Amino acid sequence: MVNIIYQIAGAIALAAILLAFIRMIKGPTAADRVVALDAMTIISISLIIFLAATLQRVIYIDIALVYGLISFVGIVAIARYLERGI
Amino acid sequence: MELAGAIITLIGSIFLFLGALGLLRMPDIFNRMQAGTKATTLGSILFLTGSAMAHAECTCTGKIVILILFIIFTNPLSSHALARAAHFIGIPLAKKTVKDDLAEDEKKEEGGQL
Amino acid sequence: MTTIIIAVLGAIMIAAAVLAIVQKSLLSAVIAAGAISLLASLLYIVLAAPDVAMTEAAIGSGLTTIVFLFALNKIRKEDKHG
Repeated sequence: MVNIIYQIAGAIALAAILLAFIRMIKGPTAADRVVALDAMTIISISLIIFLAATLQRVIYIDIALVYGLISFVGIVAIARYLERGI
Repeated sequence: MELAGAIITLIGSIFLFLGALGLLRMPDIFNRMQAGTKATTLGSILFLTGSAMAHAECTCTGKIVILILFIIFTNPLSSHALARAAHFIGIPLAKKTVKDDLAEDEKKEEGGQL
Repeated sequence: MTTIIIAVLGAIMIAAAVLAIVQKSLLSAVIAAGAISLLASLLYIVLAAPDVAMTEAAIGSGLTTIVFLFALNKIRKEDKHG
């Protein structure tokens, strides 16, 4: 029972990453694509935690930490480039 | 405990899905940014909390708390930087918009200087 | 479940690669390349290679994007002056 509900939650998160990617394809300006990339990053951090719990490996959580830190730096760099240049 | 954790994870994933749906359907970039940041922040917090409750033996709780704190701190910050950049490079608002406070303030400051 | 995840992530990766080639705007192509490395990192996790996934997350998504942005910034400055 617990496992079935948990798997359904993971499938819904996977569908969410697909929807955010459709916005990245359609987006008229570059800023729309950056917003879609931000949302995809947050959803994929959740998906990494889901995989860590499903495959029963603790070390995958470290990857989520590294990913959150690095992607924050990248998105702030893109925002500064959009505004006036690094 | 495990069943409650699984249900909280399901609610969080529904929030993630609604955030992505709002990202797809909103009319202009600022509305998209609001949907894609607020809903996904709440959804990921619920998802992580539920995962820590449902599978306590194979997810380290301390690291998950650090990750939640990190998401709470950094996600509004990057969204604010993006919104500011999008406003200053002149991306047009949607047609239904009734008020633009930042543009009015800029116009007022320019009038005061002149 | 693992097969479904691999199939969906692979399809999104191919679409992102096509987007990075077709796109006229350079910044959009850089963003699409960042999305590719994000999904590749997820795929490495599914394939049970956590160290490769960590390297891909740090190098592919962070460092490559920032180096590309530095290059685009230099190009934009030279366009303004000359």
